Amino acid sequence: MSALVAGARAIAADIAAGRVSAVDVCREALDRIALVNPSLNAFNLVTDERALDRAAQVDRLRASGGTLGPLAGVPIAVKDNMCVRGMRTTASSRILDSFVPPYDATIIAKLEQAGAVIVGKTNCDEFAMGSSNENSAYGPVRNPWAADRTPGGSSGGSAAAVAASCVPLALGSDTGGSIRQPAAFCGVTGLKPTYGRVSRYGLLAFASSLDQIGPITRDVGDAALALQMLSGPDPMDSTAAREAVPDFMAALNGDARGVRIGVPRAFVSEGVDASVLAAFDAALDTLRATGATLVDIDLPHAKYAIPVYYLVCTAEASSNLARYDGVKYGYRSPESNQGLKTMYSKSRDEGFGPEVKRRIMLGTYVLSAGYYDAFYLKAQQVRTLLKQDYDRAFESVDVVVMPTSPTPPFRLGEKTDDPLQMYLEDIFTVSVNLIGLPGISIPCGFVEAPNTHGTDRLPIGLQCVGKMFDEATILRVADAFERTTEWSQQRPPL
Amino acid sequence: MSTPLTIADVERIAALAHLELTEEEKHVFTKQLADILSYAEQLQAIDTTGVAATAHVNAHEAERDDEMRPCLPMEEALRNAPDGAPEVGLFRVPRVIG
Repeated sequence: MSALVAGARAIAADIAAGRVSAVDVCREALDRIALVNPSLNAFNLVTDERALDRAAQVDRLRASGGTLGPLAGVPIAVKDNMCVRGMRTTASSRILDSFVPPYDATIIAKLEQAGAVIVGKTNCDEFAMGSSNENSAYGPVRNPWAADRTPGGSSGGSAAAVAASCVPLALGSDTGGSIRQPAAFCGVTGLKPTYGRVSRYGLLAFASSLDQIGPITRDVGDAALALQMLSGPDPMDSTAAREAVPDFMAALNGDARGVRIGVPRAFVSEGVDASVLAAFDAALDTLRATGATLVDIDLPHAKYAIPVYYLVCTAEASSNLARYDGVKYGYRSPESNQGLKTMYSKSRDEGFGPEVKRRIMLGTYVLSAGYYDAFYLKAQQVRTLLKQDYDRAFESVDVVVMPTSPTPPFRLGEKTDDPLQMYLEDIFTVSVNLIGLPGISIPCGFVEAPNTHGTDRLPIGLQCVGKMFDEATILRVADAFERTTEWSQQRPPL
Repeated sequence: MSTPLTIADVERIAALAHLELTEEEKHVFTKQLADILSYAEQLQAIDTTGVAATAHVNAHEAERDDEMRPCLPMEEALRNAPDGAPEVGLFRVPRVIG
């Protein structure tokens, strides 16, 4: 797996220079998946034949002297909630078990245009709803660092696939932390771009005012390159911004001199695991050493982000998931001969898993007559106050840092009986989605935890949050941090 | 303050959401949804008088000209239907009117 450890930029350079063929790299990725996936369960689908075919096209293009794209021959994995034409796409839900999209998501077209080779679709929480990947109809993904622990969610399969060196780049989607938290739990880099930076055409919608697609990679440079490929307006997505896309690679100048970094001390001190706080404090020292200035900031409404998020996202989910009705696509209950309404409700009850039903129920409740003002409207107003907190902070700082998750990866089954406890895991990630800001999680340390036969090393993530459309600065800070430390180079013992 | 939620409430919401829940699901959801809503009630303590609601954070005008564009051929659009009728261009559903 030598090529796969090197990362996307190195693989593309090696293929372009003829040091290795795209087909060989692709075989290596497929072999690695075949070796580790039976224990990780990171992939819902592996597309061997199509991948080898596409890789051969890259090799032929090179042999004929054609121009190779920036990702030519790079094997990538795609979260199973993004449409690839002709490739089964399930969102890890029984209700879409046999769904084969008739079109490509815009980001798929863009990455394939850049030469990337899709090797498969990754496991995730059903419809991206979850923080542990345990809500998948196809079983949980296991953390490559500790088999009895969660890889995080909802993009758990994508993060595990990158951590386990199956692919150097995987796509995730992030509605409340679903790229950043699994990246933190698996010891890799995860970037949630600004709302609107990346087209969502072809992403199965969960909460439309929050969802965003982004890359999970080994290092910050690959995240910058992937963002470059993914960004830009799209006539098929009215929320895709027409904002100019800067050269993200050029922003990585090796230091963070002159960058003012805000630290929301009061927010970070409460309910955070001691190991996470220790890693965070050490990370602050490292950031100072890269030339950044640390500034104390206050985000007085940040502590309300969880209730705001779970009222807003469930309301939007209840509306978005109304489309799964057993008519146009997906599962239809065999007991559907008692009329149309019974067909709807039986198909939905049998097709959706428990967390999805719980969120549809909660969202329907908070939007229903008599409760709209008290819950949904109130949440939207506090969302405004939260935005004002960040606006004020960004008057005096360029970036805000905090842990990605309040805990290291927890054990599978530990929080499945208590949805509220699971929701609290998202305290540091959801604000970013509510406001639309970009955020990146990078590895910043490990904590040792005993298992039945020894000790596991569990990764911890550092999150950098930037101003709207200023991914360049958080990438620069994250890159400077990465160059000063060795956390990103650690590999799980697989 | 806690949000009292009854089985009848859960049945009413399930009907609105077109979900035919099992008896067990109704019991579990009654407790879990009450827990979550009680937790969410901490928002009531925040003074939001005169605060505008944020429904989305779109930074730009989302409108475009309404022009004809190519779209999916009917046959492909019907291919995933559990009971499609491409020969007449329809999705078939159980009888609605007796």
